[in-house]
Amino acid sequence: MSQFDTSTLWIVILGLAVGSFTLRFGFMALMGNRTMPPWLMRHLRYTAVAILPALVTPLVVWPSATNGVLSLPHLAAALIALAVGYLSKNLFAAMGTGALALYGITVLIG
Amino acid sequence: MPFTTTKSAFWKGFRDSAPFILVSGPFGLLFGVLAAEAGLIVPEAFAFSMAVFAGSAQFTALQLMQENAPVFIVLISALAVNLRVAMYSASLTPYLGSAPLWQRAFASYFLVDQSYALSIAKFEANPDMPTPQRMAYFFGTCTIVTPLWMGATIVGALIGTQVPESWGLDFVLPLAFLAMIGPMLRTPAHMAACLAAVVTALLAAGLPYNFGLIVAGLTGMIVGAQTELWIEQYKAQKAAVR
Repeated sequence: MSQFDTSTLWIVILGLAVGSFTLRFGFMALMGNRTMPPWLMRHLRYTAVAILPALVTPLVVWPSATNGVLSLPHLAAALIALAVGYLSKNLFAAMGTGALALYGITVLIG
Repeated sequence: MPFTTTKSAFWKGFRDSAPFILVSGPFGLLFGVLAAEAGLIVPEAFAFSMAVFAGSAQFTALQLMQENAPVFIVLISALAVNLRVAMYSASLTPYLGSAPLWQRAFASYFLVDQSYALSIAKFEANPDMPTPQRMAYFFGTCTIVTPLWMGATIVGALIGTQVPESWGLDFVLPLAFLAMIGPMLRTPAHMAACLAAVVTALLAAGLPYNFGLIVAGLTGMIVGAQTELWIEQYKAQKAAVR
């Protein structure tokens, strides 16, 4: 895994600190009792459920452990973690099952 | 249930937040471990958690920095993951908007999934609650979770420096993202948004500067919003026919 430098890290930390606070304070500070337009709220509702899958998909399909070659254990473990997360709503159950699946399938395949 | 004092509202929030110890503790620990794996020293990991205080955004930034993505992509993506707090802020404004500005500024820093979920449920169930008691309840819900998140990051970062390279923790972060996505798939619109983002991410993976992530994220948002609209229109039509 490639390293990033300290100045990048601090720019990201400060940028996210200012950005996150602005997101949190924006409406409480400025909006008063006005509401946001419905079309905007409708798009905001789907940001996390769109960005996170977009982020994780390449990591699953081209895992760094295999130098980016599609790998059955990684793909299966990912789908199992997603399914357990969906059914149980429990973050740690999902992660644990996924990790066990990755380990188990890797051992089984040899 | 009416509160007699502002103080009792605070302690009610404090007690209601107890189950979230089981979420924030391990999650903070995990961030610390993975931050250390990514090369952050303990004070850096702690500063990250204290300054940003947003789990999923921190994980996103950590992943993208390891991919050497450009800084503006890291910032846009992590803030996009955290856009939901803007919705929380908007939805709490009718309840907390009349509090003094400095209180609202403080409360904003502590606005996370847990404090929002507990507070909005309480405020909606008790419309007559006075604003000072609402604020007290809100701050009560943050009193355990906040120090726990930051403390757990430090402990995790200390543990992370002890984990040998051979353990292969490189798939832990993807598993954490997947585990976060699962519970988000509440409605067909959320599923459509997720699916559209996955397909676009694969098709757009070749774009430079991790730009595929932004394209895929926007596509997912638009598909989710449109699906929601279609489902609403379909339901309205059905109701009109009856």
